[in-house]
Amino acid sequence: MTAVSLPGAAAASETSIQSAARASRRRRIAWVWIGRILLAVVVIGGWQLFTELGWVDPFFFGQPSGIWDSLVRLFTVGTAFGSIWENLWVTVQEALYGFALGTVVGVILGILLGTNRYLSAVFGPYIKVLNSIPRIVLGSIFIVAFGLGIFPKVLLAAVLVFFAVFFNAFQGVREVDQNLVSNVRVLGATPLQVARHVTIPSAMTWIIASLHTAFGFAIIGALVAEVLGAQKGIGLIISQAQGNFDPNTVFACMAIIAVFTLVAEYLITLLEHAVLKWRPPVRSEAQSI
Amino acid sequence: MDDTPSRGPGHRDDGARIDIVGLTKRFLTPKGEAFTAIRDVSLTVEPGQFCAIVGPTGCGKSTTLGQVSGLDKPSAGHVSVGGTRVDGITDGVSFMFQADSLFPWKTVLDNVKIGPVLKGMPRAQATVLARDWIRRVGLAGFEDRYPHQLSGGMRKRVAMAAALINNPRILLMDEPFGALDVQTKAIMQTELLALWEEYRPSVLFITHDLDEAVALADRVVIMTTSPGTVKDVFDIDLPRPRGDVQEIRHEARFLELQGQIWQSLRDEVTRAYARTADAA
Repeated sequence: MTAVSLPGAAAASETSIQSAARASRRRRIAWVWIGRILLAVVVIGGWQLFTELGWVDPFFFGQPSGIWDSLVRLFTVGTAFGSIWENLWVTVQEALYGFALGTVVGVILGILLGTNRYLSAVFGPYIKVLNSIPRIVLGSIFIVAFGLGIFPKVLLAAVLVFFAVFFNAFQGVREVDQNLVSNVRVLGATPLQVARHVTIPSAMTWIIASLHTAFGFAIIGALVAEVLGAQKGIGLIISQAQGNFDPNTVFACMAIIAVFTLVAEYLITLLEHAVLKWRPPVRSEAQSI
Repeated sequence: MDDTPSRGPGHRDDGARIDIVGLTKRFLTPKGEAFTAIRDVSLTVEPGQFCAIVGPTGCGKSTTLGQVSGLDKPSAGHVSVGGTRVDGITDGVSFMFQADSLFPWKTVLDNVKIGPVLKGMPRAQATVLARDWIRRVGLAGFEDRYPHQLSGGMRKRVAMAAALINNPRILLMDEPFGALDVQTKAIMQTELLALWEEYRPSVLFITHDLDEAVALADRVVIMTTSPGTVKDVFDIDLPRPRGDVQEIRHEARFLELQGQIWQSLRDEVTRAYARTADAA
Protein backbone atom coordinates (compact mmCIF):
# COMPACT_ATOMS: atom_id res chain seq x y z
CA MET A 1 0.00 0.00 0.00
CA THR A 2 2.91 2.36 0.67
CA ALA A 3 3.27 3.54 -2.90
CA VAL A 4 6.61 5.18 -3.53
CA SER A 5 5.89 5.51 -7.26
CA LEU A 6 4.75 8.51 -9.34
CA PRO A 7 1.76 10.21 -7.71
CA GLY A 8 -0.46 10.36 -10.82
CA ALA A 9 0.10 6.79 -11.89
CA ALA A 10 -0.28 5.60 -8.33
CA ALA A 11 -3.68 7.26 -7.98
CA ALA A 12 -4.92 5.81 -11.25
CA SER A 13 -3.79 2.30 -10.43
CA GLU A 14 -5.22 2.70 -6.93
CA THR A 15 -8.74 3.30 -8.28
CA SER A 16 -8.46 0.46 -10.76
CA ILE A 17 -7.26 -1.87 -8.00
CA GLN A 18 -10.19 -0.81 -5.85
CA SER A 19 -12.77 -1.39 -8.56
CA ALA A 20 -11.20 -4.73 -9.45
CA ALA A 21 -11.40 -5.78 -5.79
CA ARG A 22 -15.06 -4.75 -5.62
CA ALA A 23 -15.85 -6.64 -8.81
CA SER A 24 -14.20 -9.82 -7.56
CA ARG A 25 -16.13 -9.52 -4.30
CA ARG A 26 -19.41 -9.16 -6.19
CA ARG A 27 -18.54 -12.16 -8.30
CA ARG A 28 -17.77 -14.23 -5.22
CA ILE A 29 -21.09 -13.37 -3.60
CA ALA A 30 -22.96 -14.14 -6.80
CA TRP A 31 -21.33 -17.55 -7.04
CA VAL A 32 -22.21 -18.35 -3.43
CA TRP A 33 -25.86 -17.59 -4.11
CA ILE A 34 -25.86 -19.59 -7.32
CA GLY A 35 -24.44 -22.50 -5.35
CA ARG A 36 -27.02 -22.16 -2.61
CA ILE A 37 -29.97 -22.05 -5.00
CA LEU A 38 -28.57 -24.93 -6.98
CA LEU A 39 -28.24 -27.03 -3.82
CA ALA A 40 -31.85 -26.35 -2.83
CA VAL A 41 -33.08 -27.20 -6.32
CA VAL A 42 -31.09 -30.45 -6.38
CA VAL A 43 -32.25 -31.60 -2.95
CA ILE A 44 -35.93 -30.62 -3.15
CA GLY A 45 -36.19 -31.28 -6.87
CA GLY A 46 -34.50 -34.65 -6.45
CA TRP A 47 -36.86 -35.55 -3.65
CA GLN A 48 -39.85 -34.56 -5.79
CA LEU A 49 -38.45 -36.42 -8.82
CA PHE A 50 -37.65 -39.64 -6.98
CA THR A 51 -41.08 -39.78 -5.40
CA GLU A 52 -42.75 -38.99 -8.76
CA LEU A 53 -40.79 -41.76 -10.40
CA GLY A 54 -41.72 -44.11 -7.62
CA TRP A 55 -38.12 -44.84 -6.58
CA VAL A 56 -39.01 -43.53 -3.14
CA ASP A 57 -42.44 -44.16 -1.72
CA PRO A 58 -44.17 -40.84 -0.96
CA PHE A 59 -46.48 -42.69 1.42
CA PHE A 60 -43.61 -43.08 3.85
CA PHE A 61 -41.28 -40.23 2.98
CA GLY A 62 -43.63 -37.49 1.84
CA GLN A 63 -43.24 -35.35 -1.21
CA PRO A 64 -42.35 -31.63 -1.53
CA SER A 65 -45.53 -30.85 -3.43
CA GLY A 66 -47.56 -32.78 -0.86
CA ILE A 67 -45.84 -30.85 1.95
CA TRP A 68 -46.75 -27.60 0.23
CA ASP A 69 -50.40 -28.73 -0.12
CA SER A 70 -50.44 -29.72 3.50
CA LEU A 71 -48.98 -26.35 4.52
CA VAL A 72 -51.66 -24.55 2.52
CA ARG A 73 -54.31 -26.73 4.13
CA LEU A 74 -52.95 -26.08 7.62
CA PHE A 75 -53.13 -22.34 7.11
CA THR A 76 -56.46 -22.17 5.19
CA VAL A 77 -58.56 -25.02 6.57
CA GLY A 78 -56.86 -25.39 9.94
CA THR A 79 -56.50 -28.53 11.99
CA ALA A 80 -58.71 -30.79 14.03
CA PHE A 81 -57.65 -28.77 17.08
CA GLY A 82 -58.36 -25.25 15.85
CA SER A 83 -56.43 -22.96 13.55
CA ILE A 84 -52.72 -23.45 12.98
CA TRP A 85 -52.04 -20.07 14.55
CA GLU A 86 -53.72 -21.11 17.77
CA ASN A 87 -51.63 -24.27 17.92
CA LEU A 88 -48.43 -22.52 16.95
CA TRP A 89 -49.03 -19.91 19.63
CA VAL A 90 -49.40 -22.63 22.28
CA THR A 91 -46.10 -24.23 21.26
CA VAL A 92 -44.34 -20.89 21.02
CA GLN A 93 -45.54 -19.94 24.48
CA GLU A 94 -44.35 -23.22 25.95
CA ALA A 95 -40.97 -22.89 24.30
CA LEU A 96 -40.51 -19.25 25.32
CA TYR A 97 -41.58 -19.78 28.92
CA GLY A 98 -39.41 -22.87 29.15
CA PHE A 99 -36.50 -21.01 27.58
CA ALA A 100 -36.86 -18.11 30.00
CA LEU A 101 -37.25 -20.31 33.06
CA GLY A 102 -34.38 -22.62 32.15
CA THR A 103 -32.08 -19.74 31.27
CA VAL A 104 -32.74 -17.77 34.44
CA VAL A 105 -32.31 -20.79 36.72
CA GLY A 106 -29.31 -22.03 34.74
CA VAL A 107 -27.53 -18.67 34.86
CA ILE A 108 -28.17 -18.13 38.56
CA LEU A 109 -27.11 -21.63 39.60
CA GLY A 110 -24.19 -21.63 37.18
CA ILE A 111 -22.82 -18.39 38.58
CA LEU A 112 -23.49 -19.46 42.15
CA LEU A 113 -21.73 -22.81 41.82
CA GLY A 114 -19.04 -21.33 39.62
CA THR A 115 -18.05 -18.79 42.24
CA ASN A 116 -18.43 -21.03 45.27
CA ARG A 117 -15.99 -23.93 45.33
CA TYR A 118 -17.70 -25.60 48.28
CA LEU A 119 -21.16 -25.58 46.72
CA SER A 120 -19.78 -26.83 43.42
CA ALA A 121 -17.93 -29.67 45.16
CA VAL A 122 -21.14 -30.68 46.95
CA PHE A 123 -23.56 -30.32 44.03
CA GLY A 124 -21.17 -31.27 41.22
CA PRO A 125 -21.63 -35.06 41.21
CA TYR A 126 -25.41 -34.79 41.46
CA ILE A 127 -25.60 -32.41 38.56
CA LYS A 128 -23.47 -34.80 36.52
CA VAL A 129 -25.86 -37.64 37.40
CA LEU A 130 -28.89 -35.55 36.47
CA ASN A 131 -27.22 -34.56 33.23
CA SER A 132 -26.55 -38.16 32.27
CA ILE A 133 -30.10 -39.43 32.69
CA PRO A 134 -32.25 -39.22 29.57
CA ARG A 135 -34.13 -36.09 30.55
CA ILE A 136 -36.64 -36.33 27.73
CA VAL A 137 -38.28 -39.17 29.67
CA LEU A 138 -39.05 -36.68 32.41
CA GLY A 139 -41.73 -35.41 30.02
CA SER A 140 -43.84 -38.51 30.75
CA ILE A 141 -43.56 -37.87 34.47
CA PHE A 142 -44.44 -34.21 34.12
CA ILE A 143 -47.52 -35.04 32.07
CA VAL A 144 -48.67 -37.64 34.56
CA ALA A 145 -48.08 -35.21 37.41
CA PHE A 146 -49.34 -31.97 35.89
CA GLY A 147 -51.85 -33.00 33.25
CA LEU A 148 -52.23 -32.04 29.61
CA GLY A 149 -51.95 -28.26 30.02
CA ILE A 150 -49.12 -25.97 29.14
CA PHE A 151 -47.20 -26.32 32.42
CA PRO A 152 -45.58 -29.76 31.95
CA LYS A 153 -44.36 -28.67 28.50
CA VAL A 154 -42.80 -25.53 29.91
CA LEU A 155 -41.16 -27.65 32.56
CA LEU A 156 -39.65 -30.13 30.10
CA ALA A 157 -38.38 -27.34 27.87
CA ALA A 158 -36.90 -25.61 30.92
CA VAL A 159 -35.12 -28.76 32.07
CA LEU A 160 -33.49 -29.20 28.67
CA VAL A 161 -32.53 -25.53 28.50
CA PHE A 162 -31.24 -25.49 32.05
CA PHE A 163 -28.38 -27.91 31.49
CA ALA A 164 -27.18 -26.23 28.32
CA VAL A 165 -27.10 -22.84 30.01
CA PHE A 166 -25.94 -24.02 33.41
CA PHE A 167 -22.75 -25.67 32.22
CA ASN A 168 -21.81 -22.68 30.11
CA ALA A 169 -22.47 -20.18 32.89
CA PHE A 170 -20.47 -22.35 35.26
CA GLN A 171 -17.57 -22.64 32.84
CA GLY A 172 -17.78 -18.93 32.06
CA VAL A 173 -17.40 -18.06 35.71
CA ARG A 174 -14.49 -20.45 36.06
CA GLU A 175 -12.73 -18.80 33.14
CA VAL A 176 -12.88 -15.35 34.71
CA ASP A 177 -9.49 -13.68 34.73
CA GLN A 178 -8.34 -13.87 38.35
CA ASN A 179 -6.24 -10.74 37.84
CA LEU A 180 -9.41 -8.78 37.21
CA VAL A 181 -10.99 -10.19 40.34
CA SER A 182 -7.92 -9.35 42.42
CA ASN A 183 -7.87 -5.90 40.90
CA VAL A 184 -11.39 -4.94 41.91
CA ARG A 185 -11.04 -6.64 45.27
CA VAL A 186 -7.98 -4.52 46.02
CA LEU A 187 -10.04 -1.49 45.03
CA GLY A 188 -12.46 -2.50 47.76
CA ALA A 189 -15.22 -4.21 45.80
CA THR A 190 -17.85 -6.17 47.74
CA PRO A 191 -18.65 -9.71 46.52
CA LEU A 192 -21.75 -8.31 44.85
CA GLN A 193 -19.68 -5.71 43.03
CA VAL A 194 -17.21 -8.37 41.94
CA ALA A 195 -20.11 -10.31 40.45
CA ARG A 196 -21.56 -7.23 38.78
CA HIS A 197 -18.37 -5.80 37.31
CA VAL A 198 -16.32 -8.91 36.63
CA THR A 199 -17.96 -12.31 36.93
CA ILE A 200 -21.23 -11.72 35.13
CA PRO A 201 -19.92 -9.68 32.18
CA SER A 202 -17.11 -12.15 31.76
CA ALA A 203 -19.39 -15.18 31.85
CA MET A 204 -21.80 -13.43 29.48
CA THR A 205 -19.76 -14.52 26.44
CA TRP A 206 -20.29 -18.14 27.41
CA ILE A 207 -23.92 -17.69 28.41
CA ILE A 208 -24.91 -15.96 25.21
CA ALA A 209 -23.16 -18.64 23.17
CA SER A 210 -25.22 -21.28 24.97
CA LEU A 211 -28.49 -19.51 24.21
CA HIS A 212 -28.34 -20.56 20.57
CA THR A 213 -28.33 -24.26 21.40
CA ALA A 214 -30.60 -23.70 24.39
CA PHE A 215 -33.33 -22.28 22.21
CA GLY A 216 -33.26 -25.38 20.05
CA PHE A 217 -33.66 -27.45 23.21
CA ALA A 218 -36.64 -25.35 24.30
CA ILE A 219 -38.42 -26.14 21.03
CA ILE A 220 -37.56 -29.83 21.30
CA GLY A 221 -38.81 -29.95 24.88
CA ALA A 222 -42.10 -28.29 24.02
CA LEU A 223 -42.70 -30.48 20.95
CA VAL A 224 -41.78 -33.76 22.61
CA ALA A 225 -43.97 -33.01 25.60
CA GLU A 226 -46.83 -32.24 23.23
CA VAL A 227 -46.32 -35.48 21.38
CA LEU A 228 -46.42 -37.28 24.73
CA GLY A 229 -49.79 -35.75 25.55
CA ALA A 230 -51.49 -32.46 24.82
CA GLN A 231 -54.76 -30.81 23.89
CA LYS A 232 -53.22 -28.24 21.55
CA GLY A 233 -49.91 -27.53 19.89
CA ILE A 234 -47.73 -28.35 16.91
CA GLY A 235 -46.52 -31.50 18.64
CA LEU A 236 -50.07 -32.75 18.87
CA ILE A 237 -50.60 -32.10 15.15
CA ILE A 238 -47.43 -34.02 14.45
CA SER A 239 -48.43 -36.98 16.58
CA GLN A 240 -51.89 -37.04 14.99
CA ALA A 241 -50.38 -36.90 11.50
CA GLN A 242 -48.13 -39.77 12.49
CA GLY A 243 -51.18 -41.75 13.50
CA ASN A 244 -52.79 -41.00 10.13
CA PHE A 245 -49.66 -42.02 8.15
CA ASP A 246 -49.41 -38.48 6.86
CA PRO A 247 -45.68 -37.63 6.59
CA ASN A 248 -46.43 -34.49 4.59
CA THR A 249 -48.11 -32.82 7.56
CA VAL A 250 -45.22 -33.82 9.82
CA PHE A 251 -42.80 -32.16 7.41
CA ALA A 252 -45.08 -29.13 7.12
CA CYS A 253 -45.03 -28.73 10.91
CA MET A 254 -41.25 -29.05 10.86
CA ALA A 255 -41.07 -26.25 8.31
CA ILE A 256 -43.31 -24.01 10.42
CA ILE A 257 -41.20 -24.59 13.51
CA ALA A 258 -38.02 -24.05 11.52
CA VAL A 259 -39.21 -20.62 10.41
CA PHE A 260 -40.03 -19.69 13.99
CA THR A 261 -36.65 -20.96 15.22
CA LEU A 262 -34.81 -18.96 12.56
CA VAL A 263 -36.58 -15.79 13.67
CA ALA A 264 -35.73 -16.48 17.31
CA GLU A 265 -32.14 -17.29 16.36
CA TYR A 266 -31.90 -13.97 14.57
CA LEU A 267 -33.15 -12.15 17.66
CA ILE A 268 -30.60 -13.96 19.85
CA THR A 269 -27.86 -12.93 17.42
CA LEU A 270 -29.01 -9.31 17.72
CA LEU A 271 -28.87 -9.62 21.48
CA GLU A 272 -25.42 -11.15 21.20
CA HIS A 273 -24.14 -8.23 19.16
CA ALA A 274 -25.64 -5.73 21.58
CA VAL A 275 -24.28 -7.36 24.72
CA LEU A 276 -20.91 -8.36 23.33
CA LYS A 277 -20.15 -5.27 21.29
CA TRP A 278 -16.89 -4.90 23.22
CA ARG A 279 -15.47 -8.04 21.64
CA PRO A 280 -12.83 -7.75 18.95
CA PRO A 281 -14.47 -8.36 15.59
CA VAL A 282 -12.88 -11.74 15.04
CA ARG A 283 -15.41 -13.97 13.38
CA SER A 284 -14.70 -17.65 13.39
CA GLU A 285 -15.71 -19.71 10.40
CA ALA A 286 -18.46 -21.35 12.41
CA GLN A 287 -20.04 -17.99 13.16
CA SER A 288 -20.18 -16.94 9.56
CA ILE A 289 -22.39 -19.92 8.71
CA MET B 1 19.04 16.64 44.72
CA ASP B 2 15.68 16.52 46.40
CA ASP B 3 13.95 19.54 44.98
CA THR B 4 10.69 18.76 46.78
CA PRO B 5 8.53 17.23 44.06
CA SER B 6 5.29 19.10 43.57
CA ARG B 7 3.26 17.30 46.17
CA GLY B 8 -0.20 16.76 44.75
CA PRO B 9 -3.13 15.64 46.83
CA GLY B 10 -1.05 12.64 47.73
CA HIS B 11 1.27 14.16 50.27
CA ARG B 12 2.51 11.13 52.15
CA ASP B 13 2.93 10.63 55.83
CA ASP B 14 3.43 7.45 57.78
CA GLY B 15 0.17 6.00 56.47
CA ALA B 16 2.06 4.85 53.41
CA ARG B 17 4.79 2.98 55.24
CA ILE B 18 5.03 -0.74 54.54
CA ASP B 19 6.64 -3.07 57.06
CA ILE B 20 7.02 -6.68 56.10
CA VAL B 21 8.12 -8.67 59.12
CA GLY B 22 9.22 -12.31 59.02
CA LEU B 23 6.74 -13.11 56.30
CA THR B 24 6.37 -16.77 55.38
CA LYS B 25 3.84 -18.22 52.98
CA ARG B 26 3.20 -21.88 52.35
CA PHE B 27 0.88 -23.29 49.73
CA LEU B 28 -0.76 -26.65 49.52
CA THR B 29 0.19 -28.32 46.27
CA PRO B 30 -2.52 -30.33 44.51
CA LYS B 31 -0.82 -33.45 45.90
CA GLY B 32 -1.41 -32.15 49.39
CA GLU B 33 2.18 -31.25 50.13
CA ALA B 34 3.15 -27.97 51.69
CA PHE B 35 5.27 -25.78 49.45
CA THR B 36 7.09 -22.82 50.95
CA ALA B 37 6.96 -19.95 48.48
CA ILE B 38 8.61 -17.32 50.66
CA ARG B 39 10.40 -17.71 53.96
CA ASP B 40 11.08 -15.07 56.55
CA VAL B 41 10.93 -12.08 54.25
CA SER B 42 11.49 -8.79 56.06
CA LEU B 43 11.69 -5.43 54.39
CA THR B 44 10.51 -1.90 54.87
CA VAL B 45 9.27 0.60 52.33
CA GLU B 46 9.40 4.15 53.63
CA PRO B 47 6.41 6.40 52.90
CA GLY B 48 6.64 7.63 49.33
CA GLN B 49 9.56 5.37 48.53
CA PHE B 50 9.91 3.51 45.27
CA CYS B 51 11.07 0.01 46.12
CA ALA B 52 11.85 -2.57 43.45
CA ILE B 53 12.04 -6.29 44.12
CA VAL B 54 14.25 -8.21 41.74
CA GLY B 55 14.75 -11.92 41.68
CA PRO B 56 14.76 -14.97 39.46
CA THR B 57 11.47 -16.38 38.27
CA GLY B 58 9.52 -18.30 40.86
CA CYS B 59 11.13 -16.69 43.89
CA GLY B 60 7.82 -15.59 45.41
CA LYS B 61 7.90 -11.95 44.39
CA SER B 62 4.25 -11.94 43.43
CA THR B 63 3.37 -13.85 46.59
CA THR B 64 4.88 -11.03 48.62
CA LEU B 65 2.70 -8.48 46.84
CA GLY B 66 -0.38 -10.56 47.48
CA GLN B 67 0.32 -10.39 51.21
CA VAL B 68 0.75 -6.63 51.18
CA SER B 69 -2.55 -6.09 49.36
CA GLY B 70 -4.31 -8.39 51.81
CA LEU B 71 -5.60 -10.67 49.03
CA ASP B 72 -3.67 -13.48 50.69
CA LYS B 73 -3.03 -14.35 54.29
CA PRO B 74 0.50 -15.05 55.48
CA SER B 75 1.37 -18.42 57.04
CA ALA B 76 3.69 -16.72 59.50
CA GLY B 77 4.88 -13.20 60.13
CA HIS B 78 2.88 -10.16 59.18
CA VAL B 79 2.63 -7.09 57.03
CA SER B 80 1.88 -3.67 58.44
CA VAL B 81 0.77 -0.75 56.35
CA GLY B 82 0.98 2.60 58.06
CA GLY B 83 1.52 0.83 61.36
CA THR B 84 -1.68 -1.20 61.08
CA ARG B 85 -1.46 -4.93 60.58
CA VAL B 86 -2.92 -6.12 57.30
CA ASP B 87 -5.97 -8.26 57.84
CA GLY B 88 -8.24 -8.45 54.84
CA ILE B 89 -8.00 -6.04 51.95
CA THR B 90 -5.64 -3.16 52.65
CA ASP B 91 -7.27 0.21 52.16
CA GLY B 92 -5.77 2.67 49.68
CA VAL B 93 -3.88 0.15 47.55
CA SER B 94 -3.83 -0.13 43.78
CA PHE B 95 -2.51 -3.00 41.74
CA MET B 96 -0.96 -3.15 38.30
CA PHE B 97 -0.25 -6.50 36.70
CA GLN B 98 1.81 -7.67 33.80
CA ALA B 99 -1.24 -8.97 32.02
CA ASP B 100 -3.77 -6.38 30.99
CA SER B 101 -6.01 -6.13 33.94
CA LEU B 102 -8.45 -3.98 32.00
CA PHE B 103 -12.05 -5.00 31.63
CA PRO B 104 -12.40 -5.93 27.98
CA TRP B 105 -16.13 -5.20 28.16
CA LYS B 106 -15.72 -1.69 29.48
CA THR B 107 -14.68 1.36 27.52
CA VAL B 108 -11.52 3.26 28.44
CA LEU B 109 -13.62 5.73 30.40
CA ASP B 110 -15.44 3.02 32.35
CA ASN B 111 -12.19 1.19 32.99
CA VAL B 112 -10.59 4.24 34.54
CA LYS B 113 -13.79 5.10 36.39
CA ILE B 114 -14.10 1.76 38.17
CA GLY B 115 -11.96 2.74 41.15
CA PRO B 116 -13.97 5.77 42.26
CA VAL B 117 -17.24 4.02 41.38
CA LEU B 118 -16.38 1.12 43.68
CA LYS B 119 -15.57 3.64 46.35
CA GLY B 120 -19.10 4.96 46.00
CA MET B 121 -18.35 8.23 44.24
CA PRO B 122 -21.36 9.59 42.30
CA ARG B 123 -21.14 8.60 38.63
CA ALA B 124 -21.06 12.12 37.23
CA GLN B 125 -18.21 13.11 39.49
CA ALA B 126 -16.33 9.89 38.75
CA THR B 127 -16.70 10.57 35.03
CA VAL B 128 -15.17 14.04 35.35
CA LEU B 129 -12.30 12.65 37.37
CA ALA B 130 -11.75 9.78 34.94
CA ARG B 131 -11.71 12.13 31.94
CA ASP B 132 -9.08 14.19 33.68
CA TRP B 133 -6.92 11.14 34.28
CA ILE B 134 -7.34 9.89 30.72
CA ARG B 135 -6.13 13.29 29.53
CA ARG B 136 -3.24 13.12 31.96
CA VAL B 137 -1.96 9.83 30.54
CA GLY B 138 -2.32 11.26 27.04
CA LEU B 139 -5.35 9.34 25.87
CA ALA B 140 -7.86 12.17 25.46
CA GLY B 141 -10.16 11.28 22.59
CA PHE B 142 -9.96 7.55 23.28
CA GLU B 143 -12.56 7.51 26.08
CA ASP B 144 -15.08 5.44 24.14
CA ARG B 145 -12.70 2.83 22.77
CA TYR B 146 -12.64 -0.71 24.03
CA PRO B 147 -9.31 -2.18 25.20
CA HIS B 148 -8.96 -4.44 22.17
CA GLN B 149 -8.91 -1.35 19.98
CA LEU B 150 -5.83 0.02 21.73
CA SER B 151 -2.14 -0.78 21.38
CA GLY B 152 -0.22 -2.44 24.21
CA GLY B 153 1.28 0.85 25.35
CA MET B 154 -2.07 2.58 25.34
CA ARG B 155 -3.59 -0.20 27.39
CA LYS B 156 -0.81 0.25 29.93
CA ARG B 157 -1.62 3.96 30.12
CA VAL B 158 -5.24 3.12 30.81
CA ALA B 159 -4.15 0.68 33.51
CA MET B 160 -1.90 3.35 34.98
CA ALA B 161 -4.70 5.91 35.07
CA ALA B 162 -7.03 3.31 36.61
CA ALA B 163 -4.42 2.49 39.25
CA LEU B 164 -3.69 6.09 40.17
CA ILE B 165 -7.14 7.67 39.97
CA ASN B 166 -7.97 6.69 43.54
CA ASN B 167 -4.80 8.43 44.66
CA PRO B 168 -3.57 5.30 46.42
CA ARG B 169 -1.09 5.51 49.24
CA ILE B 170 0.46 2.29 48.01
CA LEU B 171 0.96 1.17 44.45
CA LEU B 172 1.76 -2.51 43.91
CA MET B 173 3.17 -3.30 40.49
CA ASP B 174 3.77 -6.85 39.35
CA GLU B 175 6.03 -6.67 36.30
CA PRO B 176 3.71 -4.07 34.84
CA PHE B 177 5.78 -3.45 31.70
CA GLY B 178 7.02 -7.00 31.26
CA ALA B 179 5.08 -7.67 28.09
CA LEU B 180 5.95 -4.44 26.30
CA ASP B 181 8.51 -3.92 23.56
CA VAL B 182 11.69 -2.13 24.58
CA GLN B 183 10.83 1.34 23.26
CA THR B 184 7.31 1.38 24.66
CA LYS B 185 8.65 0.09 27.94
CA ALA B 186 11.09 3.01 28.25
CA ILE B 187 8.36 5.52 27.48
CA MET B 188 6.01 4.00 30.02
CA GLN B 189 8.73 3.95 32.68
CA THR B 190 9.42 7.64 32.16
CA GLU B 191 5.71 8.43 32.39
CA LEU B 192 5.31 6.31 35.49
CA LEU B 193 8.18 8.16 37.16
CA ALA B 194 6.66 11.53 36.29
CA LEU B 195 3.30 10.54 37.76
CA TRP B 196 4.91 8.96 40.79
CA GLU B 197 6.98 12.07 41.48
CA GLU B 198 3.80 14.09 41.41
CA TYR B 199 1.72 11.89 43.73
CA ARG B 200 4.34 9.99 45.68
CA PRO B 201 2.59 6.78 46.63
CA SER B 202 4.84 4.13 48.16
CA VAL B 203 5.62 1.70 45.39
CA LEU B 204 6.47 -1.98 45.51
CA PHE B 205 7.60 -2.76 42.01
CA ILE B 206 8.34 -6.30 40.96
CA THR B 207 10.53 -6.94 37.97
CA HIS B 208 13.15 -9.32 36.71
CA ASP B 209 14.73 -6.52 34.70
CA LEU B 210 17.61 -5.16 36.77
CA ASP B 211 18.07 -2.05 34.59
CA GLU B 212 14.44 -1.18 35.10
CA ALA B 213 14.77 -1.60 38.85
CA VAL B 214 17.86 0.59 39.14
CA ALA B 215 16.49 3.28 36.83
CA LEU B 216 13.19 3.62 38.66
CA ALA B 217 13.70 2.75 42.29
CA ASP B 218 15.08 4.30 45.46
CA ARG B 219 15.75 0.88 46.87
CA VAL B 220 16.35 -2.44 45.16
CA VAL B 221 15.68 -5.68 47.02
CA ILE B 222 17.24 -8.88 45.72
CA MET B 223 15.36 -12.08 46.49
CA THR B 224 16.72 -15.61 46.44
CA THR B 225 15.14 -18.54 44.72
CA SER B 226 12.50 -20.71 46.33
CA PRO B 227 11.86 -20.49 49.10
CA GLY B 228 12.14 -16.80 48.43
CA THR B 229 13.80 -14.61 50.97
CA VAL B 230 15.57 -11.26 50.98
CA LYS B 231 19.20 -11.57 50.00
CA ASP B 232 20.42 -8.01 49.66
CA VAL B 233 19.06 -4.50 49.81
CA PHE B 234 20.65 -1.69 47.80
CA ASP B 235 19.87 2.00 48.09
CA ILE B 236 19.95 3.80 44.77
CA ASP B 237 21.23 7.32 45.18
CA LEU B 238 20.64 8.51 41.64
CA PRO B 239 19.25 12.06 41.84
CA ARG B 240 15.58 12.80 41.37
CA PRO B 241 13.71 13.77 39.34
CA ARG B 242 15.34 11.27 37.06
CA GLY B 243 13.71 12.43 33.85
CA ASP B 244 14.17 10.23 30.82
CA VAL B 245 14.78 6.64 31.85
CA GLN B 246 16.68 5.83 28.68
CA GLU B 247 19.29 8.48 29.42
CA ILE B 248 19.94 7.43 32.99
CA ARG B 249 21.16 4.13 31.69
CA HIS B 250 24.29 5.75 30.33
CA GLU B 251 25.29 7.57 33.52
CA ALA B 252 28.42 6.35 35.30
CA ARG B 253 26.70 6.02 38.68
CA PHE B 254 23.92 3.97 37.13
CA LEU B 255 26.38 1.54 35.61
CA GLU B 256 28.32 1.29 38.85
CA LEU B 257 25.21 0.47 40.90
CA GLN B 258 23.90 -1.85 38.25
CA GLY B 259 27.22 -3.72 38.28
CA GLN B 260 27.20 -4.10 42.06
CA ILE B 261 23.65 -5.39 42.17
CA TRP B 262 24.24 -7.76 39.29
CA GLN B 263 27.00 -9.43 41.31
CA SER B 264 24.43 -10.25 43.94
CA LEU B 265 21.72 -11.26 41.53
CA ARG B 266 23.87 -13.40 39.29
CA ASP B 267 24.37 -16.22 41.79
CA GLU B 268 20.66 -16.47 42.33
CA VAL B 269 19.85 -16.51 38.65
CA THR B 270 22.43 -19.20 38.05
CA ARG B 271 21.10 -21.28 40.91
CA ALA B 272 17.49 -20.91 39.75
CA TYR B 273 18.50 -21.85 36.23
CA ALA B 274 20.42 -24.90 37.41
CA ARG B 275 17.38 -26.00 39.37
CA THR B 276 14.99 -25.75 36.44
CA ALA B 277 17.56 -27.47 34.25
CA ASP B 278 17.70 -30.33 36.76
CA ALA B 279 13.96 -30.56 36.92
CA ALA B 280 13.60 -30.65 33.16
